[in-house]
Amino acid sequence: MACVFRYDKTFEGLLTCVFHAYNRRQFPERLLDLQEPAGLFDDEVLEVLTDEALAGRVWQGVARLVRGEFMRGITSCWLSELPGVDELLFRYLRKLFDTKGRSVYNLADADVLACSQLWKKVSNECTRVIQFTRFQKTADGIYFSALAPIYNVYPLALHYFTDRFADQPWLVYDARRSYGYYYDGKGEVQEVRFAETIEPHLPKEKLAEGEELYQQLWQSYFKTIAIKERLNPRLHRQQLPARFWAYLTEKSPKFS
Amino acid sequence: MTDEVLKKLQVLAESAKYDVSCASSGTSRSHRVGAVGSAAGWGICHSFAEDGRCISLLKIMLTNYCKYDCAYCINRVSNDIPRATLSVRELVELTMEFYRRNYIEGLFLSSGVVRSPDYTMERLVRVAKDLREVHHFNGYIHLKSIPGASRELVNEAGRYADRLSVNIEIPNETSLKLLAPDKDFQQVFTPMRYIQQGVLQQAEERKHFRHAPRFAPAGQSTQMIIGATPDTDRDVLRLSSALYRRPTMKRVYYSGYIHVNTYDTRLPAMRQAPLVRENRLYQADWLLRFYEFKVDEIVDDAMPNLDLEIDPKLAWALRHPEYFPVDVNRADYEQLLRVPGIGVKSAKMILVSRRFAPLSSEQLKKMGVVMKKARYFITCRELPFRTIQELSPAFVRHQLTRTKKTDERQLILTFED
Repeated sequence: MACVFRYDKTFEGLLTCVFHAYNRRQFPERLLDLQEPAGLFDDEVLEVLTDEALAGRVWQGVARLVRGEFMRGITSCWLSELPGVDELLFRYLRKLFDTKGRSVYNLADADVLACSQLWKKVSNECTRVIQFTRFQKTADGIYFSALAPIYNVYPLALHYFTDRFADQPWLVYDARRSYGYYYDGKGEVQEVRFAETIEPHLPKEKLAEGEELYQQLWQSYFKTIAIKERLNPRLHRQQLPARFWAYLTEKSPKFS
Repeated sequence: MTDEVLKKLQVLAESAKYDVSCASSGTSRSHRVGAVGSAAGWGICHSFAEDGRCISLLKIMLTNYCKYDCAYCINRVSNDIPRATLSVRELVELTMEFYRRNYIEGLFLSSGVVRSPDYTMERLVRVAKDLREVHHFNGYIHLKSIPGASRELVNEAGRYADRLSVNIEIPNETSLKLLAPDKDFQQVFTPMRYIQQGVLQQAEERKHFRHAPRFAPAGQSTQMIIGATPDTDRDVLRLSSALYRRPTMKRVYYSGYIHVNTYDTRLPAMRQAPLVRENRLYQADWLLRFYEFKVDEIVDDAMPNLDLEIDPKLAWALRHPEYFPVDVNRADYEQLLRVPGIGVKSAKMILVSRRFAPLSSEQLKKMGVVMKKARYFITCRELPFRTIQELSPAFVRHQLTRTKKTDERQLILTFED
């Protein structure tokens, strides 16, 4: 008897699926989207309605069993948005509940190891966003930056920006997913979406006075600080991946 | 801010670039109302230069005029290079504007010595003070302490800076005297001692008064030039390990000597900086700090220099086959750390995972153990591999240093003419 669940592919939906699975003592083989057709041998299909309260109970259950960092790990894996990550997390959560939380340390288990490696990848990407964000000051005084990270990591990186740049208005934008966060300089963060596509470097007329000079200063500093006798292009690319170059002030062809 | 600043920035960054340290770790501070910025305890590299080095701080000199004539230094007084001096206002403005754009974590300020060490040190301290007290800068500041500066100035610097550093440059006093006639070890170690005393005193103070100001919370670091003098790796590592025994020394940096002053005959003529040797020294440094190795285990009188072909941990393992093979399912943490191919992370992963079931080589590989090396030194759940006991150290060394890649399953037939 193969059983599958259908749900709306949200994180709360996934947690609700976990709740119903334990409630019915019936664990799905697959987790499908609401529209996705069921497979040939799937006999029983259960449609799960996302329920915030039930999801909250599952999440509290996780919190009782493992330390906070593992909960961040679970959300990080979810934010990778990779196909099949929900099924991986479902298995991970099931093992977590069945062993009263001990399983998170069992890195010899394929699912636990896969989750921990994915968590690592996502947090690396989050670090890169923190590292490689380059603000450009616009004419209306907002510091603007766009990047295209491979995973949806802005929600994880947000605390860095609100903490460090707490006294200046800024806007960070995910060009791959077409959304961003705007901070008003006083403590309010809101999600924003723009209809038009966002260019990595703003045109001159949109920039604040003196902004171009700072960009030029940074670019020439970047060029000067490298020791010519020790050039190492391979290491350079490894640490500053080429997919970020289009967004980096120091790599823009503007002043060279 | 004008084009003049652009020129000064280029000249002064050019002069500062040979300083290796660019770390911004060691201090964790979140945002305070009315102040600008924060400090992340783990340190953030905001960019990477084309030589692959991290750019975390705005690394710059206040001035590159210098009255000293140190043979290894680009800024020595007898060199004919463009010279410049930044004003405090220009430097502070540069730092703040770069910081607001997320280009940098903070400032790393150093200076050539003009007039006297105290005069120079005072100007460095003034920049840090201005940043902290006038502009309420809450980011990272690394100040270079000028050799020979007085205690009062070092103490003042410690109040504003996160990290202080004094460069040793040459690991042995006679060589230092030869290359830098104006300097001696006394001038270097005295400020180091002041910093250490300041940090310890303030730590004591904070036990009694929670809001007592902090003193250089990220400790101190130093740097040594490698390859400019005939000193061996043993001399270098002994000095580092002695420095690490001091409570505030966080990092010793090694800088492969670049032949900048080609006319000076006291220095060896090198076409390429000793990059491999530098790398091996950093590996040995990691062994000292994170792998619980003693300096005499890495280099001794019989082998005063590190093996350039293999890393120091593998070299130690090959010299001591009696420690191996290590059973990964039973050995304690210290023993696991000694296995080539197992690092701090994989050793910790092994410790937590093996409580569930004995680990197999396939699982170890997936966890990130470098099985290519580790296979000769461990036993795990399966039947043992052929370890260093059955094979000889010489054979293992040969296996691991072979450069040409051949498929071992392929039978090679040689045809004679």
